[in-house]
Amino acid sequence: MPQQTNAQAESRTHLTACHDCDLLFHIPHLKKGEQAHCPRCGALVMERKGHSLDYSLALALTSLILFVMANVNVLLRMNVGGRTQAENIISGVNELYVQGYWEIAILVLIVSIVAPLLKLLCIFYVLVPLRLNFRLPYAKEVFGFYEVLNPWSMTEVYMLGILVALVKLADLATINVGIALYSFAALIPFMAATDASLDDHDIWESLEPTD
Amino acid sequence: MKTPSNTAAHKGYLLCHTCHLLSQAGIGVHSSHCSRCGTRLHSRKPNSLSRTWALTLTAYILYIPANLLPIMTVTMSGKGEPDTIFSGVKELVTGGMWPLALLIFFASITVPVLKLLTLTYLLLSVHFKSSWRPKERTTLYRITETVGRWSMIDIFVIAILVALVKLGSLATIEAGAGAVAFGGVVVITMFAAMSFDPRLIWDALENNHE
Repeated sequence: MPQQTNAQAESRTHLTACHDCDLLFHIPHLKKGEQAHCPRCGALVMERKGHSLDYSLALALTSLILFVMANVNVLLRMNVGGRTQAENIISGVNELYVQGYWEIAILVLIVSIVAPLLKLLCIFYVLVPLRLNFRLPYAKEVFGFYEVLNPWSMTEVYMLGILVALVKLADLATINVGIALYSFAALIPFMAATDASLDDHDIWESLEPTD
Repeated sequence: MKTPSNTAAHKGYLLCHTCHLLSQAGIGVHSSHCSRCGTRLHSRKPNSLSRTWALTLTAYILYIPANLLPIMTVTMSGKGEPDTIFSGVKELVTGGMWPLALLIFFASITVPVLKLLTLTYLLLSVHFKSSWRPKERTTLYRITETVGRWSMIDIFVIAILVALVKLGSLATIEAGAGAVAFGGVVVITMFAAMSFDPRLIWDALENNHE
C-alpha cells in the first residue's frame, strides 16, 4: 500500500535540478500561482504564473506603444535666457557619439533602446504564433535570446537617471518635462508586468514539437 | 543536506540553462546538447573560475581610471570644471542635495566596490573549497547578479546632460574618459557575475564529505 501511494505521488511530480546548487529533487505538480523553491539553497526553481497569453500580449503591446512614444517625443526641454534646448534618449546617444565617446554611446544605445525594443519584439514573435496556433521558424532561439537580453534592458535605471538629471539642473535652469517622460515613466511598470506575466516553463513546454 | 551527493552532476543529469529541461546524460558525461532547445549542456559553466577571475581583475584595473579621470566636464561662461565620480558626489553634498548624493554614492561607489569584493570573496571561497555557509554565499551571489545594473545611473545622467546642456558659450557639458572606464567596469562586472557558477560553491561541500 505505501508503495502504491508513493508511485501515485511520483507520477504527479517531476525530477529537476536546482540551477544554483545542482540538487536533484522532485517538484510536485504546481497549481496556478504556486512556486517551487530549492530545499537546499532556497532558489526559486519554478513558478506557475497561470496568466493567459492574451494577458501577456496586452501588456507587451501597451509597453511597445509607450516605448515608441517615449522615443519619438521630447523627454526634457531646458530654457535659459530665452534659449531652448530639447532632448530625448537618442539625442543623448548622438551627442556622446559626436563628442567622440562612441563606447558609451553604443552602451547607452543598447541598454536603453535596442535591448528593450528587441525584448518586446521577441515576445510578440513567440507569443503571437502560440496564441493563433501557427508556427514560426526559430521560435525557441528567439525566446532564448529574450532571456539573454533581459539583464541588458535597463529602462528602469534610465528613468532614475532622468530624475537625477532633473534635480541636478533644477537650480540652473527652467526644465520642462516632455510627453516622452510621462510615456517612459508609464513604460516601467508595464514592462515589469510583461516580464512577470511570462511563464517561461510553460512557454518552453508549448514550444516543444508535439509530433 | 540529508543526502549530500544527490546532485545532478553525481547522478549523470544535465540541466539546460536556457529552457530548464533536465536531461539524463549518463554518469561521467559532462556535456551534451539539450533535446528540447538545442543549447549546449554543461555540468558546470565551462572555465567558470578562470573566466570570472579574468573579468574581475580587468574590472579592478579599469576601476582606477574610472575614479581618477573626469566623467564629465561642465563649462560655464568659458570656465571648465572637470568632475570625477567622487567630486560629483561631494558637489551634491555641498549643494545640500543629500538624498541625491546618497543615491549616487550608493550606485556609483558602493555597488561597484561591493560587487568586486563579493566576486573576489566568492572566487577565493571556491578556490579554497570553503564549506562555510554555502546558502548565504549563494544568496550573496544572487544579490551581486541583480544589483549591478543600477550602477549605470551615472552613465545615463551624463547621456542626458550632454544633450540638454548645449548652450554654446553660456554652458556646455562634455563627457570624459572616466565615463568610458566606468561603463567598462559596469559591463565587465556584469559579465563576471554571469560567468560565475554558484554550483561550484556547493561542489566544495560534497567533496569534503567523501
